[in-house]
Amino acid sequence: MSNIGSYEERIKNFSWEIAEKELDYKKGDIINIGWHCTDRICQMGKANKTALIWEGHAGEEKRYTFDEIRKATNTIGHFLRGLGVKNEDRVCLFMDKIPELYLGFLGVLKIGAIAQPLFSAFGDESLFVRLDSAKTKAIITQRKHVGKVRKLLERMPSLEHIIIVDHDGLKPLKEREIAFDLEKAEMIDKFEIYPTTAESPSVLHFTSGTTGLPKGVKHVHYSIMSQYLTAKWVLDIQDSDIYWCTADPGWVTGTSYGIIGAWSNGATQCVLDAGFSAEAWYKFIEKNKVSMWYSAPTAIRSLMKAGSDLVKQFDLSSLRHLASVGEPLNAEAVIWSEKVFGKPFYDTYWQTETGSMMLTNYPGMKIKPGSMGKPFPGITAAVLDEKTFEPITEPNKPGLIGFRPGWPSMMRTYWNAEETYKKKFANGWYLPGDKSTIDKDGYYWFVGRDDDVINTAGHLVSPFEVESALLEHPAVAESAVVSKPDEVNMEVVKAFVTLKPGFEPGDDLELEIMNFIRKKLSPLAMPQEIEYLDKLPKTRSGKIMRRMLRAQEWGQDIGDTSTLDDD
Amino acid sequence: MAEMKDIVLQYVINEYLEDEDEVLSYDSPLISGGIVDSFSMVSLKRFLENKYKISIPDDKATPEAFDTVNKICALVNEYIK
Repeated sequence: MSNIGSYEERIKNFSWEIAEKELDYKKGDIINIGWHCTDRICQMGKANKTALIWEGHAGEEKRYTFDEIRKATNTIGHFLRGLGVKNEDRVCLFMDKIPELYLGFLGVLKIGAIAQPLFSAFGDESLFVRLDSAKTKAIITQRKHVGKVRKLLERMPSLEHIIIVDHDGLKPLKEREIAFDLEKAEMIDKFEIYPTTAESPSVLHFTSGTTGLPKGVKHVHYSIMSQYLTAKWVLDIQDSDIYWCTADPGWVTGTSYGIIGAWSNGATQCVLDAGFSAEAWYKFIEKNKVSMWYSAPTAIRSLMKAGSDLVKQFDLSSLRHLASVGEPLNAEAVIWSEKVFGKPFYDTYWQTETGSMMLTNYPGMKIKPGSMGKPFPGITAAVLDEKTFEPITEPNKPGLIGFRPGWPSMMRTYWNAEETYKKKFANGWYLPGDKSTIDKDGYYWFVGRDDDVINTAGHLVSPFEVESALLEHPAVAESAVVSKPDEVNMEVVKAFVTLKPGFEPGDDLELEIMNFIRKKLSPLAMPQEIEYLDKLPKTRSGKIMRRMLRAQEWGQDIGDTSTLDDD
Repeated sequence: MAEMKDIVLQYVINEYLEDEDEVLSYDSPLISGGIVDSFSMVSLKRFLENKYKISIPDDKATPEAFDTVNKICALVNEYIK
């Protein structure tokens, strides 16, 4: 029997009080995600249950019980407090998927500070704009990434502490750096957790928009209500499960479901800190007897590419339930999954700003391959007319997805960008920026983005950010960045550039520009193709017509070109 | 072959290795070891194609084929005329 039971019954009788009751929360109580994910689980009699099974790329393994993660998170909190980090200070977590990332996240929350996880592959400029926006006080990182932090010191006077979790003592620490070795630290058993309440800020994840710099999405401790219940009902996490969320906590899935959803449910979860390889993934599932697997379409399509025969070489019979998030899961992937694993991937739709799943497929519900499913109980969703923002009642007619605000994990604002936050609403609806249809049975079907943001492998890339970075390359005079279709990643970044006098187009220059962006921003933002143009298409007022270039890449009608400056 | 290995290894060290203290060999795991991710693999493939004037089909440029310098050089050699 699945945790959700009957979806229809849940819809009829739903109240967020269900989550509040299960988490022993009453309005006005102290609520702290760090405590709920560790101390509370221990108090429920699961102190000796395995919380984390971690494996590194060389096969090394570490295991932690709930009591051990309770003490480890206390210890990290204690260390940070000793440095003078206070409630609501921003602490960045800039690490690979090592245990310190997961434990550090909860340690930060335990002292009431705001956890700011950032993807460790970010280049120094991507790191800078996010740290600068948050005025981050401390960063927890690894030796291999500290070089990127050092480059920012002059521009980051607010960054007081650089905490290195794997300092080996071979080279001296530099300005503002301090070593912290969790394995050698004295474990703190009794710790005074900061008395955060429902609306106390908890997590700051950054996301990209079409224009402007990345925005910090502010979440609060009360978000755990949504993350706990969606993990329980949609991922169907059960006490005996071995759960694997493949997402990196540098992104929201990795925190909402790779930490909070899993551990607030007292689940044993495993983490593989290694680059993607189909064989390694199957081996990991087989070895750890993974039963609940939450992954992403790009990974699933990469597994498809590796072939069905490979699957047969492993015993994957432990798999009980599979789910996917990041970008729309194509029907072929769902059908393939049913064929090779004997069960489909259940697609889930949500984003950084929503903090938890909004539209999903539920255990026991009929899956329509390619559909995002139906709204989670307690979520009022609609497809809206693009002009009036009124719900469209006609089936299969595309419009903007809208959600009525009020679910627990909804972002509270964009960090220092209240006006931008307000623009995300119309006619009382929150607009996530995606288009969809609803069929006659109430299933949602993804149509596309409502803006120019590029969704590559489930991560949003701002064309504006890439265009700005391109202009810093000495050869580039002008740039325009759009998405182009990609079989595995759904979309990838493509750049159109014009060159400054004295530079000649060529393969070597293309590679140089690609690497320039990769190091400055991130591998995700690196254009996978650069096309040289003599001039970019512009309106008569000088605005680059990105729309035309995008249509060209997608084989679509380029639309109205009457404003094109054809000099 | 030996020269190619050194060229590829040096390129990986210069372009992708963040930890300056890490020592790489011809058999160090690049993709599974998290040194080169799947997106960065595109630029590594482009480097090889430019340098050796070859074209590596996308379906041959797999994480497994790019996982070590030795494997990369074996793949490149298949396409050098």
